[in-house]
Parts: sequence; structure tokens; C-alpha cells
Amino acid sequence: QKLAAKANPAYVVMDKATSYKDATTYNNFYEFGSDKSDPVENAGNLKTRPWTVAIEGEVKKPMTLDIDSLLKLAPMEERIYRLRCVEGWSMVIPWIGYSLSELIKKVEPTGNARYVEFTTLADNRQMPGLRAPVLEWPYVEGLRMDEAMHPLALLSFGMYGQVLPNQSGAPVRMVLPWKYGFKSAKSIVKIRFLKDQPRTAWNIAAAREYGFYSNVNPDVDHPRWSQATERRIGEDGFFTKKRKTLMFNGYNDVASLYSGMDLKKYF
Amino acid sequence: MFNPSPKQFKFIKALLFVLALLPAVRLLVFGFTDRLGANPIEFITRSSGDWTLYFLCITLVVTPLRRFTNWNWLIKLRRMIGLFAFFYGSLHFTTFLWFDHFFDIAEMLKDVVKRPFITVGFIAFVMLLPLALTSTNGMIRRLGGKRWQWLHRSVYAVAMLGILHFWWMRAGKHNFEKPILFGTIVAALLLIRVYFAWRNRGDGAAKSRTAVQKRQVTPTLT
Repeated sequence: QKLAAKANPAYVVMDKATSYKDATTYNNFYEFGSDKSDPVENAGNLKTRPWTVAIEGEVKKPMTLDIDSLLKLAPMEERIYRLRCVEGWSMVIPWIGYSLSELIKKVEPTGNARYVEFTTLADNRQMPGLRAPVLEWPYVEGLRMDEAMHPLALLSFGMYGQVLPNQSGAPVRMVLPWKYGFKSAKSIVKIRFLKDQPRTAWNIAAAREYGFYSNVNPDVDHPRWSQATERRIGEDGFFTKKRKTLMFNGYNDVASLYSGMDLKKYF
Repeated sequence: MFNPSPKQFKFIKALLFVLALLPAVRLLVFGFTDRLGANPIEFITRSSGDWTLYFLCITLVVTPLRRFTNWNWLIKLRRMIGLFAFFYGSLHFTTFLWFDHFFDIAEMLKDVVKRPFITVGFIAFVMLLPLALTSTNGMIRRLGGKRWQWLHRSVYAVAMLGILHFWWMRAGKHNFEKPILFGTIVAALLLIRVYFAWRNRGDGAAKSRTAVQKRQVTPTLT
């Protein structure tokens, strides 16, 4: 199903886009199973309509929006982003959506809103992966308010000119290209504005390995592997060396959000 | 009791050899038909790692199975199975050295020292080397049955280190199903061996002596 969007020239990378097949068959979406091939096999029956997203917490205008109102909330843009997974591989994906800030402005956060929390769908009948006690369900992710307001933070509804396939987080997800992939919550059902830093799924599961910020950072290793290099899916392989990982995945615009912060401590 | 004729045994051994090669053949076929998925290197690494553990478990099953069934001829298949464990272990190690480090030994060793999960995997692989090297009849003779046997008991340590390596690899994903399965199998096999040893000791001295003798002889069989 096609999704019309205007290419945004401000967000284009020189890298070659990952093939649609690789991008939609090699996924981490634990609600559908922990193997990379599980989401494409098990997400087919996910019901993405009707779908509503509840927006609540520290906002002047709490509201529940259905997917059609969300699609019409701001003009759709196509943006080509690099995606870096914490596991050491990367892709390049043409996403469709608009900056999360468009939505945030609409609900008017109060002065108390310092963080945003994203809750994703956890439906036992549709998601076989929930049986595994791998994570605490529902999957919860979060951002600091200034991160959420950064224009790069994309609320996404499509990729490769089409609506999101189920295994990629349909019908609505976040895309945060300067952070490891797991920070980008998929199949979002609730967005809550908070005074205090929310707990996040992977941080609850293994605090030593996954911090709240989880910015792409070649100098901070995961305890079990180096983050200095990455393998670009579809390109780096048998005869090419892995490539160097860039600070903030190459999105230096965001550096000012973290000035004065020790990113080794706040990883 | 089933006791194959030399001709039948030859056939069984050949069949086992072909079966044991299938996982490697599958990787080759998948490689040439573009079926290794989006991350072929990860696929090969995981598959070769899994099969190393499978073959380690199968070698450890041989003796208990022989005792329970009295199929003594099974022991003559153990060396080949063990060498297949080494073969898949080597494949696993090679993918790491080649695709993760592009044969940069210094870089690889840094990884080995820095990351416990790689450290234990590496130690397990290194410990398999002397076992593979002393698997020939000549080496068994030179070492003497008893010393050979002592050396080769370290395969239990290799299996346990291999499982620990797998466990730590999966720790990030909190996905322990398979490591627990492997761990349970190896623990059960080890318990059976401890039980056999305990029962042998409980019997009369003469019987235990023949048991020891019998065990000393077995490795020289081919």
C-alpha cells in the first residue's frame, strides 16, 4: 500500500539504501519472537486498523488520536536515515513520516514535561513473542524532552514509499537515527509526558548493557562486543572489512543536546 | 543385540560421515543460492557454533549409550564424531578470525582478552586442538591408554566452556532456552559417567580391575 511523501533534501545520506528485502526480513521485534526472521513470519496478522495512540501525562491537551488523524497531522516527508543496531550491524532506510515535534506542539506539554515515554502494543493474541520472558512487556522506551523535540526524531508511518510493513513497526513508530535501533519504539499505542525519567525495556532487562541514552558511540563498548565498527547489511561481508562506526551515527547535529555530559557515564 | 558385520559397520560409518557433513553442505548450498539471509556471516557463525555443541554432545553420548545397549561397536564411531566437533569448531573460529577481524591476529587477541564470552570460547577451541592432534592410533599408543584417556576427559571441560560461551552470548537477549538445553544434556551425561565410576568402585576389586583394563583397551579400537 503506497504512502505519498515529499523527499526532504535536508535528510539524505550518501550511503546506498539497503534492499527492501533485507530491511523487511532481518528485524528485531521481540513481540514477534527473538530471531531476526521471526517478525516477518509472525507479524503478518497484526491488526493495524483501527489503531489509536493515547497522548497523556504532562500536557495541556491530552488526546487520543486514531491512525488517520495522525497521518494527516503534518505533511509526510521521505527521509533517508542510517540505522545502527546495538548488535553491530547497520542499514540505510528511506522512512516516511514527520518530526515528532509536530505532534508534541499540538498537545502542548506543560512546564513539568521533561521526558517522553513511548509504550508499544502488547497483545498476547497477536504477538507470540510475549510468551518469552525476555523483556518486561509492554515494551517501553523514552527520550528527554529536548531529544524528542529535535527535528531528526521522526514519527514514522512508512518506508520505501509504502506504509510500514507489520514487522517494521506498523502502523506508527519512532525513528531516532543517532541512537541504537532499540530506542525507536515500534507499533506505538501510548505517548506519555513525564516529570521523571521513565524506565525503559532494555534498561530494565540489563542496565549494565543498555543505558537510557543509548546514543551510537564508537568509544563506548557494549560489555560483550566492541561498538567501534559495524557491518552494513548487504554490503560489508566476506571480502570487505567492517566499517568504522561514527559518533552519533554521523548525525553531529545532535551533539549540542549532550554538551557537558559524560557520555561514557550516561551511555 | 545388534552387532554389525564389518561390511555393515563400514556402511554405518560412511552414512554417519555423510550425515555429519550435511550442516556444512547446507551452508555452502545456501551461500551459492543466496539463502543465508541479510547477514550471511552471522548465519554461518551461529550455525557452525550450534553444530560444534551438537557434535560435542553426540561424542559424549557414545559411551553411556554403549553401556546401556551393550553396542560396543559404537565406540568405533566416536573419534569421527569428535573430529567433526573440531571441524565445526574450526569453522566457527575461522568466521570470527576472518569476518570479524580480517585475520588481524593482534586485534583478535585484544578481543579475546577483553571479552569474557570470547575468552571462554577461545579457550574451549584451543583445548580441542590437543584432542584432535592426539586422535590418531599412533598418538594413543605413544601416550598410553590411561594418559590418553585422562587428556580426553577434558572434552567435558570443553563442552562446559562452550555452553558458558553460548550462555554469555545469549545473556544480552535474555534468551537462555538453548543454552539451558545444552547445559542440561551435558550435566546429565556427566552425572551418568560419575554414576558409572561410582558403581565400578562399589564392585569387587577384581571386577573394577577388568573394567579399568577394558577402558584402557577401548581407545585403541578403530
